[in-house]
Amino acid sequence: MSQGTLTKKDFVSNQEVRWCPGCGDYSVLSSVQSVMPEIGVPKEKIVFISGIGCSSRFPHYMNTYGFHTIHGRAPAVATGLKLANPDLSVWVITGDGDGLSIGGNHFIHAIRRNIGLKILLFNNKIYGLTKGQYSPTSNVGTKAKSTPYGSLDRTFNAVSVAIGAGATFIARTIDTDPKHMQETFKRASEHNGTAFVEILQNCVIFNDKIHAPVTAPANRDDNQLRLIHGKPMLFGKDNKKGIRLNAQTYSVEVVEIGVDGITEQDILVHDENVPNPSLHFLIGDLNLPAALGVIRSVEIPKYEDEVHDQIKHIQELKGKGNLNKLLKGNETWTIE
Amino acid sequence: MNQAAPTIDKQGQEVDKVVIRFAGDSGDGMQVTGSQFTTTSGIAGNSLATFPDYPAEIRAPQGTIPGVSGFQIQFGETNVYTAGDDPDVLVAMNPAALKANIATLRKGTTIVVNQDAFSDNWLEKAGYKTNPLTDGSLNGFRVIEVQVTKLTRLALEDLDLDSRSKDRCRNFFSLGLMYYMYSRNLDSTKKWVQDKFGKKPLVVEANLKALQAGYNYGITVEAIPTFVVKSAPIEPGTYRNITGNQAVVLGFIAASEKSGRPLFLGSYPITPATDILHELSKYKEFGVITFQAEDEIAAICSSIGAAFGGDLAITTTSGPGIDLKTEAIGLAIKTELPLVIVNVQRAGPSTGMPTKTEQADLLQAVYGRHGESPLCVLSPSTPSDCYQITYEACRIALEYMTPVILLTDAYLANGSEPWLVPVSEDLKPIQTKLLNPAEHQDKPFLPYERDKKLSRQWAIPGMAGFEHRLSGLEGQENTGNISSDPMNHEKMTAIRTQKIKNIQNIIPKLEVEGPSSGDLLILGWGGTYGTIRSAAEEARKQGKSVAHAHLKYLNPFPSNIEEVLRSYKKVLVAEINAGQLATLIRNEFLIDAQKLNKVQGQPFKVREIKEAIDSLC
Repeated sequence: MSQGTLTKKDFVSNQEVRWCPGCGDYSVLSSVQSVMPEIGVPKEKIVFISGIGCSSRFPHYMNTYGFHTIHGRAPAVATGLKLANPDLSVWVITGDGDGLSIGGNHFIHAIRRNIGLKILLFNNKIYGLTKGQYSPTSNVGTKAKSTPYGSLDRTFNAVSVAIGAGATFIARTIDTDPKHMQETFKRASEHNGTAFVEILQNCVIFNDKIHAPVTAPANRDDNQLRLIHGKPMLFGKDNKKGIRLNAQTYSVEVVEIGVDGITEQDILVHDENVPNPSLHFLIGDLNLPAALGVIRSVEIPKYEDEVHDQIKHIQELKGKGNLNKLLKGNETWTIE
Repeated sequence: MNQAAPTIDKQGQEVDKVVIRFAGDSGDGMQVTGSQFTTTSGIAGNSLATFPDYPAEIRAPQGTIPGVSGFQIQFGETNVYTAGDDPDVLVAMNPAALKANIATLRKGTTIVVNQDAFSDNWLEKAGYKTNPLTDGSLNGFRVIEVQVTKLTRLALEDLDLDSRSKDRCRNFFSLGLMYYMYSRNLDSTKKWVQDKFGKKPLVVEANLKALQAGYNYGITVEAIPTFVVKSAPIEPGTYRNITGNQAVVLGFIAASEKSGRPLFLGSYPITPATDILHELSKYKEFGVITFQAEDEIAAICSSIGAAFGGDLAITTTSGPGIDLKTEAIGLAIKTELPLVIVNVQRAGPSTGMPTKTEQADLLQAVYGRHGESPLCVLSPSTPSDCYQITYEACRIALEYMTPVILLTDAYLANGSEPWLVPVSEDLKPIQTKLLNPAEHQDKPFLPYERDKKLSRQWAIPGMAGFEHRLSGLEGQENTGNISSDPMNHEKMTAIRTQKIKNIQNIIPKLEVEGPSSGDLLILGWGGTYGTIRSAAEEARKQGKSVAHAHLKYLNPFPSNIEEVLRSYKKVLVAEINAGQLATLIRNEFLIDAQKLNKVQGQPFKVREIKEAIDSLC
């Protein structure tokens, strides 16, 4: 089947989509379906694997191979599949509870190995499917069903966790901007190795408008830092605000061009390819403005390639295995 | 019948069977010593069985009781099915090794001790207040005191090695001495030393010299008795020695080759299953992928992913690991993917006794998941049987699209026996359910459409036109689409249950050793085979009407099991747990099965079974 003839519709499954009306997941689904014909992979080689949670229903709605697994384990299932068949384009769909709480271990280890999975983490900062409990990404003080007096746990920043695990590709996007999502997913699909994308996604029922400070149209200019590789990190209505490195405080700070003698020369230029992740961490950790786009993209060998190269190497060295020889072993004796 | 015994000065006394136990510090190389003695005895044509018994600590404090590592071998000119109840000869490398074993020794047992290790310091570490070699407490035993440390050092005097390295050759001195006592040939061990330490010529020389010195010491010293154990009437052919864990590995590779599906192992280190991971990792030339996952859950989940991708997927673990994998096993049951889960059982609950054997995970294997979640459970009977039964587990998984639990145990995993080397051509073919796209061009594909056996087809990513979604959520019959319909759920439950029952159609009937009806049937499963067989044979020799049946297929049971059970006046279920198979038998057949149980982390002794027989008939 020729890839060129495929359209978004070919990726829409016959299953009725059952997210709540107004859920951010709809626009993510639509964007993923739009991007699929463009990634240059035949449909039968695309697989979506999810864990448990609202977002994890995703594979049912994609007319590709799919596996809706168990809570938190999607990266582990996907790792096995990718090792079994490295030709596949394997996408992991997870959420802030599924990926960073119960599945945190698999999340960091998939990233550590740099196995070629595309991990899309739908971060709505709440447990939706269990009807509203705080999650590892919830803001401190979140009042939810299990925390009527406010949550006490410190908050995970998904991008920081990914950097800590040694991620080679990290991006962040928002459910209110399909164009940005599509560009970001396309970049993720092109990356060699684990590509991690955090999607700031709205839960209309249990945590409505939690990302509004970033995503609301009124805040767009001042609270979104759209990263472009090789360009200074400028934002704001007239692109007059920027990000500067403050070496004294080991941090980045927002400055305004023209104020206190600040010029464009003072503004950090985004380099997604730099091997040292320190600045990527600082940028990803910004609260407002939130860094959007590709934060980090570096190339190292992919795990699945190394696994199969090692097998190939051993087969060249020893020759293909001979079962009867193996059964016999090295030390035998004969009874006559 | 086979190789001639080596020429020695004295004419050895002929004996039918001998049990030797090598015991020393866990760093003393007792396992190597034991396995060398095993190979040499196999080459000499003896029937044999072994059982290593080692501590959980890698190096417990030197010279203490918890640090004692043992290796027991029984070899004979008549058939041997177990490593033996109690040793005829104990080789004790230090006071702790003596103290740890003395309670199990019969009077008259030969004790070979390293006299040099019985200094005040070492006696104290072992908890001896007085020296047992001199305080009379060993009266009634045949004690052979040998200055192993001193003599080894003397033998290696000329070698440019530090004294620690020299002392590490003490086990080979003892081995040489035992080879002398049992009129053994040194060639096989010599060759092993060359192969093992070939890159370190000095180490090769040291070990060979120590081995020879031990042997020569026997020749020189009048007091060392010698014995001859003739070769046993063994089926002619080429033999090798094999442990249960090794045989499992061979079974997996054979199944991969015969089914044409690449082998994928997802595993996480855990005693006593880790050797399977180690061993399989060596065989990359067979295209095997061994993935050491971040935890037990990831281990099985990666295997489930590989199974979805079309591999022969397996995962290996032990009790605590099974607990962790349980939710994922349910996923494999619901999505009907082929998967083999090996549980090398160890003593529980919780961390329990990691290196000690037990058979207490049977009910967990059969029932231990939430929901109605049937699967197939198999268990091999002997170390070498692990090969066949592992192969069977793969065949069933691939033909019935189901997870299969393979229950071995620490006794089977580490125990070894000679194995008549098979050829792969003798294995049954494996007909996988892999979809053939060419046969499906005209009809719509339904992921859960079934054949007569009720197995579904295996369409794997990459097959164009067969895109489908699997899910842990209950699915509609045939389509697998998410469904909470009450009647559909009941129907799917019945289908999944019936599919596992259908496996009964391809498994062999339960065989009985001994009379086909009579006073008593002993029913066992797993690693107790040799012990029960020995006890039942003994009873029959005394004229008792005792039969023995050993289950390898635990879910579903063989089709004739009830008929077999009802052919005897009494049924005794002997197992290393508190009565789990007995529970299944009573539950399923309303038969008043008697129980013989032992929960000590140790295998049965033949006499324990024999005593139970005597009390019943």
